[in-house]
Formats: sequence, structure tokens, C-alpha cells
Amino acid sequence: MELSGLFFYFVSFLTMAGIYAVICLALNIQWGFGGLFNAGIAGFYAIGAYSAAIITSTAASNNVGGFQQSIFVGMAVAAVIAGLVGWGIARLCVSLKSDYLAMATIGIAEIIRLIIVNEEWLTNGSLGVSNIPRPFEGVFKGQTAEIVFVLFVWMIVLLTYFISHRLHKSPWGRALRAIRDNEDAAESIGKDTHSFRTQTFVIGAIFMALAGALSAHYFKYFSPDATEPILITFLAWVMLIAGGSGNNKGAIAGALIVWAIWSMTEILTGFLPSEWATRSSYMRMLLIGLFLQFVLQRYRSGLLPERAPKLDKLRRS
Amino acid sequence: MIDFINYYLIPGITLGSIYALGAVGISMIFGILRFAHFAHGDLMTTGAYIALTAVWTLGLPALAAIPIAVVGTALVAVFLDKAFYKPLRDLPSIYTVIASFGVALILRSAIQLLWGTDSQVYVVGFQKPLIFFDSLRIALRHMQIIAFTVAIAITLHFFLSYSKTGKSMRAVADDPELARIAGLDTEKIVRWTWIIGGGLAAIGGVFVGLDTDIHTNLGWNLLLPMFAAALLGGIGRPLGAMLGGLIIGVAEEICTFPIMDIEIISPSYKSAIAFIIMLALLLFRPQGLLKGRVL
Repeated sequence: MELSGLFFYFVSFLTMAGIYAVICLALNIQWGFGGLFNAGIAGFYAIGAYSAAIITSTAASNNVGGFQQSIFVGMAVAAVIAGLVGWGIARLCVSLKSDYLAMATIGIAEIIRLIIVNEEWLTNGSLGVSNIPRPFEGVFKGQTAEIVFVLFVWMIVLLTYFISHRLHKSPWGRALRAIRDNEDAAESIGKDTHSFRTQTFVIGAIFMALAGALSAHYFKYFSPDATEPILITFLAWVMLIAGGSGNNKGAIAGALIVWAIWSMTEILTGFLPSEWATRSSYMRMLLIGLFLQFVLQRYRSGLLPERAPKLDKLRRS
Repeated sequence: MIDFINYYLIPGITLGSIYALGAVGISMIFGILRFAHFAHGDLMTTGAYIALTAVWTLGLPALAAIPIAVVGTALVAVFLDKAFYKPLRDLPSIYTVIASFGVALILRSAIQLLWGTDSQVYVVGFQKPLIFFDSLRIALRHMQIIAFTVAIAITLHFFLSYSKTGKSMRAVADDPELARIAGLDTEKIVRWTWIIGGGLAAIGGVFVGLDTDIHTNLGWNLLLPMFAAALLGGIGRPLGAMLGGLIIGVAEEICTFPIMDIEIISPSYKSAIAFIIMLALLLFRPQGLLKGRVL
């Protein structure tokens, strides 16, 4: 019993780490490849979560819903909506300098949050959407379902990794890194920097939305309070920098390690005296904030630093 | 019409004064240290809570606790710079921006640990507004906030125009290379930037507490309008930032004023106004109203 408890703790750990790995890979496409500072990750995550929730859940009394579509339709809709929103935002903001892009994306995430809280006909406001199904719910029950879900999440992680890896190796990825490192030089050889950046931002936004959809299915319920937006954005950044921005394997490793540290601090703060117990989550935030400062000052390039793909294929042709 | 002044314009000017005090620091840090300081709102929160402790332990009224909050927050700001920003100063500014995100989180969770997460107030009870000319109603706290902010703006103007430190600060904001070649002590100027930015943020934080209540997200919620204000005034233009703050504050409040009994913008969306102004500025006039720097 003890051992199986530990096993299912590990399964739930891997599920959340997998969801964060998708976000982290998406951020790696935007920041690691493209140098786009997105501080509004939570906004796209929320778009994904709500789209999937509304499309797949059973009928609700107060808001639109009851479409009861399959999980895959939900995820497709989430990706399309986030892609369109991301495209609109990218068209406007993507050529802003990094600091300004950070301000703009925070603002966008804030507006998305306001819409979610205020437009009750769509999202049921602060009460949230419930009755969100999990994939293959009809076939697997109980603890098997947990294992099936973690496999499902990591399938998506692998898919994201594969796409991101191909993008990194492709001429597209090469052009993107050139734009990131020297915009003027890239422009001088005829690269349309604005269009490349827009594509990067949209692709990242789509995968962030997929991660949101996954967590909506995992929680089976989603409301504005279900997640702390700043925490998601912040953890994703810590994960990517600690893992190594620009490196896809680093992004996954960062997600696993930082989520492990984050989960362990929960165990550590459990030892605090009881009057501090209610404040343990703030202690964890404080520790993760200090961890970021440590990484930034000492291990800036991350655990697995960026490496350009091998050039041998290029030489042969 | 009098309703417009009482319930929209005066609260707008009050809110604008608070934005102004925070935006000064953001604009100066952006101009002199060249990065967007995302922990500035949480410095305001720090100031508000230091004042709260002074009110609790020394029994001071909130306004008398301001000097303590200013000194405390300025010390915190100088420490944060030494510990977290200075080691990254020679790197691309984006690293410092990321670090400031972390600092925002560190400050907020430290405050939550030390003071808890319940909303607090400096003074309990309802204040009756003062009534002038039979119909003009102004709450005393609004008058205090506006008057203090005007006094600070005048002091800041004279400090920047006539004192040696103030003039050096403007020189660094205009052209850091030239200032260094001319032999200005950059580290000293950086220290003063944090002292003034942190101190004014603390005053802004206390004013938020006076106007509404004190909670741990107080400063973070003000961050976007303050950035908008700093951009509106032009980066590196502290007085421009104050003007920007005033404009954003008034715009946020009066945009919900019903015209012919129809609310054009629902009050629940008024915090989006600052963002829309900011986005329009970034896209069409990044130098702001007063010709600030474009970094």
C-alpha cells in the first residue's frame, strides 16, 4: 500500500511535469529560438484550458456549453483559437523590443483574465467550468485511468518535442536564430523578420494552449482560481532558464527538475511548525524566486546549453 | 456635471497621483539602468506594509508613518540592486528584466510570510467627505494625497534641475556613455536612483492604503498602468511620468462615466484602458509625450 501510494504520487508528479514540459517547450520556441519575451504565458494557457473545457464538457446551466465533443476536437479548437489570438497579438506586438514585449504580453494576459472573469455567459465567471472529461474515461477506471492520462500527457510532450526539434534543425529554425542574434544582418540577406517572428509567436501560443487543455482535462474543473497565473508564467521561465534556453532537451529537463524542486519544497515546508503551515506556499514561492536568482547569476546558460545543429548535411549538399 | 467631478474626476486625480509616484521610479530606472523594473509595484507594497507596522507599533497616523516607510523601502531597493541586479549589469538587459520578475515574487512572498494575506486598513471607520460650495464633495484623504503629490512633483522638479545629483541623473539618462566619459560617478547615481525610486514608490503604496486598503497584490495590480504612465511621459523623464500617471488615472476613472445614461465601457474593464493606451503608445509614439528615449 505504501509503495503504491508512492507510485501514484510519482504518476501525479509526472503528469504535472509533463504539462509544464509542453509549456516550457513552447516558451523555448518563442524565447529560445526566436528571442521573444512572452510574459503572458498564463493567458494562452487559459485560452486553451477554457476552449477545451467548453467544447468537451456536458451541458451547463449558466454558460454556453454542452457540446460534449471529443477530447481531440477540444484540443484542435483550443489550438485554433489560441493560434488566432496569438496571430492577432503577434501582428501588433512582435516587433517590439524585449522589455516592451514583456509589458505588452503581461497586459494581454491581464485582459484575457478580465474577459474570463467578467464574461459569465462564456466562462461561468468565477464559478468556472466543471464536468470536463478525461481522455478514454469510458474505457479505463480508477487508478488505471491515472496511468493512461500520464501516458497521454507524455505523448503530447513527445509530439511537441518532435515538432520543436524538427523546427530547430530546419532552415526555418536557422533563419530564426539568425534573426534573434542579429536582426539587421538577417534582414540584409532578405529574411522577413516580422513574418518569422509572427510565426514563432503563433506556434508557441498553440502549444501553450494545448498545455492548458491538458490541465483542464486533468483537473476536470477549471476556474479563474484553479491556477495562479503568475505562478505558471514564472515557473515556466525558471524551468526554461534552468534547463537551458534554446535547447529542447534542456526545456524538458528543466521542467522535470524545477517541478521536482517545487514538489519537494512542499514536503519540506510540511515540517514547519503548525502556525507557519498555512503560509507554506509563500515560503515555496520565496524559495523558487531565490532559485531563479541563483541560476541567473551562476548557471545562466542552463543545464543543457544551446547547441547549434550539426552542419554536415549542409556541407554535403 | 457635479457628479462627474465628485465621483469620476477627483477619484481619477487621486488614482493618477498614486500612479505618478510609482511611475517616476519606473521611468528613472528605465532611463538610467536601462531595464523595465517589474518589481516596482511590489516595492510599493513593501512601503505600504512598513507604514502599517509603524502605525501598529508606534500608534502613528498613516501620514506620519510615511518617512519610516520611505527610509525602509529605499534601503530595501538599494539592497535588491546590490544583491540581484548589479551582478547582471554587464549582460543584456533582458536578464535583469527576468531577475526583476523573480524579485517581484520574492518581495511579495516575503510580505505574505511576514504580514499574512488578509486585507488591512490604516484607519478603521468611514470618513465623511468635506463639502464645498454646497455640492462639491471631496474626501479628506483624496485632498491629502493630491496635495502631497503636487508638493513632491515640485520638489522633484527643483531637485532634478538644480542639485548636482539631480543634474547628473538627467545626464546619465540622456547619454550614459557621455556621462561616464565626463567622469560622473555612475554607481552613486544608480544608488540615488534606487533611493528616490524606492522612496516615492513607498509613498505611493501608503497612499493606496489610505485610499482603499492594503493587501499583498496591491503593487502588482498597479504595475501595468504605471508602465503605461512612464511610457506616456517618455522614458527617463520623471516629471513626464508623473503627468503620464495623472492622465492614465483620470482616463481610467472617467472612461466609465455614463454618457446619456449608457455606460460605454463597463467598470470591470477599466483596467484595460491603461493597457490600450500603452499599446497605442508603443506602436505609434514610443518616445511618449515629452520626447523620452526609445530604448
